[in-house]
Order: sequence, then structure tokens, then C-alpha cells
Amino acid sequence: MLEVEGLSKIYGGLRAVDRASLRVAEGAIAGLIGPNGAGKTTLFAAITGFALPDEGRVRFAGVDITGRAPHRICAQGMVRTFQITQPFAQLSVRENIMVGAYLHTPDRDEAAARAEAVARQVGMAALLDRTAAGLTVAGRKRLELARALATRPKLLLLDEVMAGLNPSEIDEIIPVIRGIRDAGVTVFLIEHVMRAVMSLAENVHVLSYGKIIAEGAPRVLAADPVVIEAYLGHGAAQRLAGAAHA
Amino acid sequence: MSAWRVPVALLAVALAYPLVFRTNFAINFGVLVLFFAVIGQAWNIAGGFAGQLSFGHAVFFGTGAYCSTILHVKLGINPWLGLWASAAAGALVGAFIAALSFRFGLKGSYFALITLAFAEAFRILTNAVEFTGGGLGLLIPLKRSAANFQFPERIGFYYTILALAALSIAIALWLKRSRFGARLAAIRENEDAARALGIDTFREKVKIMALSGALCAAGGTFYAQYFLYIDPVVVFGADKSVEMLLVSMIGGTGTVYGPLIGAFLLTLVGEGTRALTNAQGLSLIIYGGLLIVIIAFLPNGLIDLFKLRWGRRRA
Amino acid sequence: MDATILGAAVINGLLLGGSYALVAVGLTLIYGVLHIINFAHGSMLMLAMYGVYFLLVKAQVDPYAAIPLMVVVMYAAGYGMYRALIGRFSHGKDENILLITLGLSIVLENIALFFFTGDSRNITVSYSDRMIELGPSLVPLPKLVSFGASLLLCAALAWFIARTDTGRAIRAVAKERHGARLVGIDVEKILAVSYGIGIACLGAAACLLVPMFYVAPTVGHLFVIVAFTIVVLGGMGSFLGALVGALLIGLTESLSGLFLGEALGQIGISLIFILILLFRPTGLFGGGR
Repeated sequence: MLEVEGLSKIYGGLRAVDRASLRVAEGAIAGLIGPNGAGKTTLFAAITGFALPDEGRVRFAGVDITGRAPHRICAQGMVRTFQITQPFAQLSVRENIMVGAYLHTPDRDEAAARAEAVARQVGMAALLDRTAAGLTVAGRKRLELARALATRPKLLLLDEVMAGLNPSEIDEIIPVIRGIRDAGVTVFLIEHVMRAVMSLAENVHVLSYGKIIAEGAPRVLAADPVVIEAYLGHGAAQRLAGAAHA
Repeated sequence: MSAWRVPVALLAVALAYPLVFRTNFAINFGVLVLFFAVIGQAWNIAGGFAGQLSFGHAVFFGTGAYCSTILHVKLGINPWLGLWASAAAGALVGAFIAALSFRFGLKGSYFALITLAFAEAFRILTNAVEFTGGGLGLLIPLKRSAANFQFPERIGFYYTILALAALSIAIALWLKRSRFGARLAAIRENEDAARALGIDTFREKVKIMALSGALCAAGGTFYAQYFLYIDPVVVFGADKSVEMLLVSMIGGTGTVYGPLIGAFLLTLVGEGTRALTNAQGLSLIIYGGLLIVIIAFLPNGLIDLFKLRWGRRRA
Repeated sequence: MDATILGAAVINGLLLGGSYALVAVGLTLIYGVLHIINFAHGSMLMLAMYGVYFLLVKAQVDPYAAIPLMVVVMYAAGYGMYRALIGRFSHGKDENILLITLGLSIVLENIALFFFTGDSRNITVSYSDRMIELGPSLVPLPKLVSFGASLLLCAALAWFIARTDTGRAIRAVAKERHGARLVGIDVEKILAVSYGIGIACLGAAACLLVPMFYVAPTVGHLFVIVAFTIVVLGGMGSFLGALVGALLIGLTESLSGLFLGEALGQIGISLIFILILLFRPTGLFGGGR
């Protein structure tokens, strides 16, 4: 579904993303993890057309989409959400979701029906007439998800939809994401909440200093010394192993 | 069908008004209200609905006024045809300024400043060139007849500007209910999110500026035919741009009826103070003060008063 | 083209730029700190010019001698206006600040029109017509004085911002409003002080302009669009930028007037404004956007 090859994004000499390559299979839930500042959001931006890549290619559903404008990429079926939620603040939840739904229909009633269906799917049907500005953090995260879903994507890129949620809210949203995949949408998510990554993703890519340093099933990666060091610093794996032995 | 109750009632009142109040003063008052409502709405669909704040909408107004007047005075083309030519010219100038500014990524106050700069450039150009009559402006020769867009009776002008005002409100109503309008609202609220959801923000912004320019230019032609005289300062000056912005801001930006409310108030204050005193400036003192008071206490414009009164309805 | 005429146009342009700098320097300070375009700038200048005019006519105070008084009065007016209106009623939105300053400019201008009528007024002081020989051309003394004063004013402001405690606080607020609040700076007060200083500059500008310019309710218009252009050209918030920008704009106006004729010559400024907005909106001396 998504193939990224040797993608780089350079900001003032700094390689925010450094020759990253990865694949996301159709129908999968794939994860992208890595320490803060590793370049995860930049990689998403470069894939979805928000940042022009300096090197490398992005292929989506067999088509080379490198450097295309975000709205064209979205129209082709790949849509992203934002880590820092970007609601249309003065519009209602319904109107927010309808903006997404309008991608495939000019008809107001059809878009409204689609918005209601999506709202039910992500569990915010009761909030449809609320103003987006008045939503809680959890509500805003769901709204990001709902708007993106309303565009009928083939591939959904989720940037930390669980950051800032409390444990029970996380428990609520995990089955929602699984349900989205079961409805036929491939999901690629950046996530810091390890519990969610473990339970959702079949395949995870680890990004550190802009480079993909590991890839595999989440349980395997959690024990990988390279990954542990990327998160906790040089020598951490050894210290952890030592502590376990003692 | 309840959505149509307000516009239909308003239209009925507006149609009947000059038949009930037949004095020249009353009809002139109605013409001015509707005229300001048209150009205020032209500003509003770009500045309010799409969030593209402009300080130089006079550039479209003046383009319209000069386009039809030059066609009429120099080439003898009927001003009713000139009206269409003006709208086309306004759309063209709107699309050009928008395409140029948005291609270079101008936003917010930078966009507002570039529209101001264009209005200034047009003012200076018309002021300096012989062809446009220079600083003296252009006088439209008096030849009263409806076919010549110079009605013998004021009521003809009234119904003409009423048609334009009805059109402008119809456009606003359509924007409230259409995909195009929803996309403009999305762009106003958050442009990045709009792009992520598949909206070609550049194209939509150019489209709305063209539409706004066309409507504003049509207002310019009406102005020229009503007063039969235009000059660079009056039609391209910053005061015209500010008037449009004020009408929309005071009534309620981004709303369908805000410009109409603002236009009514502007005309009421303007004509009212003129009746009281000969001194210049009083009406604008009140109007500027009103702007400050409204931003302080009614950030959504006077239309909020109506909503408080009748309860908040969904648009 | 005669070299003498060209030389005279250059000198004239630079001197004109000096006058523009007087007005632009306060505007750039306000923009740099508050991040808003102060639409009331032109009308505050106009009010200050009426102040200077009436001081001379009614109290025989020489315009140059009135500088300290006008600076203090205009500072107080700016500070008070910010505290009473702009800061309080903007609800923290930049857009509202813009509209309030626009409302203020409409009110102030029309109050002037109402009380002082639309007539332009001129004054004559003993040095109004004194000419100084400068290379190829004769230059009126007031123009030379205002040019020198604008250099001094820019230098004084740059020193104040760089070296004093208040200046440091202003810079902190300009850069990182939230952080400044965290380290205990009274942000609202600093914003009001900055606005006050920006307006105080107009007090000095008015004293220097009145001996060579007419006074009328709309006199601010002549300066304000030019001042916007200068502020954008120089880089919003940069004093050196404002000075250099003003000189460039003065030169442009003078030279395009020479080559294109008086009426069309003004278009040079608008074109520069458009080009700079398109190609370098951060200005010549500005940092990132």
C-alpha cells in the first residue's frame, strides 16, 4: 500500500529524516515509534505532501506521489491527522466532519449523512452539534480521526491520537482504531503509548535521529537492545540486563 | 421551507418599501442601504466567509466603476452591457491579485497589506493617466432613460440595486449551504487541516476572490451610474475599502445578514447626522466609535443582538 | 539628464526619507513588540501636529522647543490608549487590535475634521525659509534638521532597547510573550509602554514636520501607507531597517517623480511595496517570518 524509499528531509543542514525506507502492507495496522525529536512527524509530513522531501520516493498504491500537494494525495486516498489537533474551531462537530465528507460528494445531505455515520463509528454521535472549540482533548482527538475517516481513505496516517488521553479514554479508542482497520482501511500510526502500540500494531518501525533503526513485531522490538538504547541512551540495554540479573 | 422565511419576508418588505415611502429622501435612503449592503457583502464573502481579510477592496470597486464608465464615455457602449463587463473585470482583477499573493504564500496581515498596495497603485495610475480622466475624474453625460441606466425616477435605481442586493444575499445563503462555502469556512478556520482533508486551498481562495471582485465591481458600476461622476480618490481610495469592511464588521462578519444590518446603520447614522448638522465628520466619529464598542462588547457584530433576542438558531 | 538635477533629486529624496523615518520608526517598534499593524499611527501623528501648531499659535512655543513636552504628552496618550482601549478590549486577538486601531483612526480623524474643519494650516517660523547650500542644491533648514533628528531618534531608540532594563523587558516580550510572563515581567504593562514609546516618537516627528509641512485632518494619510511600506521593506521590528527603508523609499519617490512625472511617480512606492511583500516579506533586515 505505502512504500517509502530513501526519504530525506533536510532543515538547514540537519537531516530531520535521513534516508528512511519502509513499507506498510495493505490491510495492516503499522506503527512508527521513536524518541521525541526523532523525526516521526516530519516523516509523516514528507509522506503526505506537507513537506517537500529532499531525497527519495514515496509510492502509494503503486503510484509515485513524491512531492505532490497534500490535497491531491488526500484525494487519492491517503489522509493524515495532526499531533497538535487542528479543529475548525468555530464550526460544529458535524460541520467539521462534513468538510471531509465533501471530498467525494458535492451534495449537502449526503455529506451530512456520511458525517453522522462516521461520528457514530468513532463514538461522538452525541457531540455532533457541539462547537469544536468546546471539545475536551479526547473529543478533539476523535474529531481529527472522524474528519480524516470521512474522506473515505484507503490509508490513514494517525499522528499520536492518544497523546494526552487518560487510560480509560485510551481503552475506548483502541477498539475504534481496530474497527477502522476491520472496515478495510490500512492504518499507519505514530504512537508513544506503548500499551496501544503493543495491542494494535502487527509491524512497527523505529525511527531514531531521522533513521529507521529497526523493524518488526512489537514484542520482539521491545527486547531489542538497539531500540532500548535509542530510547534510554547509550549503554542502557546493558544496564537494564544487569539489573535484571541482579 | 423555514429556511426561506427570512429572505422571502425581507424581499417582500424591500419590494414594497418605495411604494409606501415615496419621497425622494426615503428612496435615496433605501438605495444607499442596499448599495452598502452589496459592497459590504462583497467584502464579507471573502473576508468573513473565507477569512481573507482585505484592506483594499476599493481596487475592485474602482475597477468596476472605471470599466463601465470608460466603455460608455469613450466607446459608447451601453452601461447595462458595461455592468457585465465590469463584473468580469472585477473577477479578473480579483483572481489576479489572489493568484499572485497566494502563490507567494501571503497570509493574514500580509495579504491585507498587498490588497491595500494594489488599491493604491490603481488609484495613482488612474490619477496619472490621461485616458481615465486623471485627477479630474470622469463625468457621465446626462441622458435620462432606463435603457441608458439613468432612470428618470429614483425608483428605477432602487429596484436595480435591490436586484443586486438580493443576488448578494442569495450568494451568501448559497455559501452557507454548499460544499464551496463549507470549504471556505474550513480554510478560514484552519488552512493546514483543510489541505489535509483534500481541499485545494489555493484554487478555492482564488475563486472566492474572483466572485467577491465581480460583485464589488458591479457595485462600482451602479455607483457611477447613480452619481454620474467618478474620480480616483472616491472609487479607489482607502475610505471605500474601509467602508466595506466596516459595514461587514459592524453588522457581523461571516454572517448572511450582517452586511445588510451594518449598511442600514451606516446609512442611518450618515443621513441622520447630516440632517442635524452641517459639520463634516460627525457620522464617522459615531461609526468609528461604534466599531470599537462592538469589538469590545459584541465581538460577532450587531447580529448577535438579534440572536440574543430570538435565541440562537443554527445557520 | 543633467547631473545637477539628478544630484538635487538624490539629496531631496534622502531628506524626504529622513522625514518618513521619523514616522516609521515608532510604527516598526509597535509592530516588533505587539505584532500588529497600528492603523491609528497616521491619525496620532495628525493630532500631534495640531498640538504643535496650537502651541505655536496660541502660546508662542517654538516647534523645536516643544519636543520634550510633545514626547511626554504623546507617550502618556499612547500608554493610556493602550491601557484603556486596545489592551482591554482586544480579547487577546490580534485581529481585534487591528480593528480597534482602525476604529480609533476613524474617530480621531473625524474629530479633527469636526473641530478644526478640513482646511490645511501653515505656520511660519523665522527659520522656515532659511536655505543651506548642500553640494548642487539649496536645502531648507527644517529638512536638514529633521534629517539629523531622525538619525538621532533611531540611534536613541536602538540604544534604549539594547541597553536599558525596560528595553530588555521589551525585547523579551517581543520574542516570547509567554516566557516573559513566566520570569515575572508584567507583560501588559510592557506592551502599553512599547505602544507609548511608539506614539511618543510621533510627538518628536510632529515637532520636526510642522515647520515644513501643512497641518490637516488627513495629513496622516500622506505618511501612513508610506510608513507601512518602509516598515515592511526594512523588516518589521528593525530600527536600522526602518531608517534604511525610509531613505530608500524617499529616494524612490524623488527619482521616480523625476523620471515619471509627479503624478505617476508615486506608483514607485506601491510597486516596491507589492514586490517586497511577494518576494521578501521579512524585509531587508528581518529575521524569519
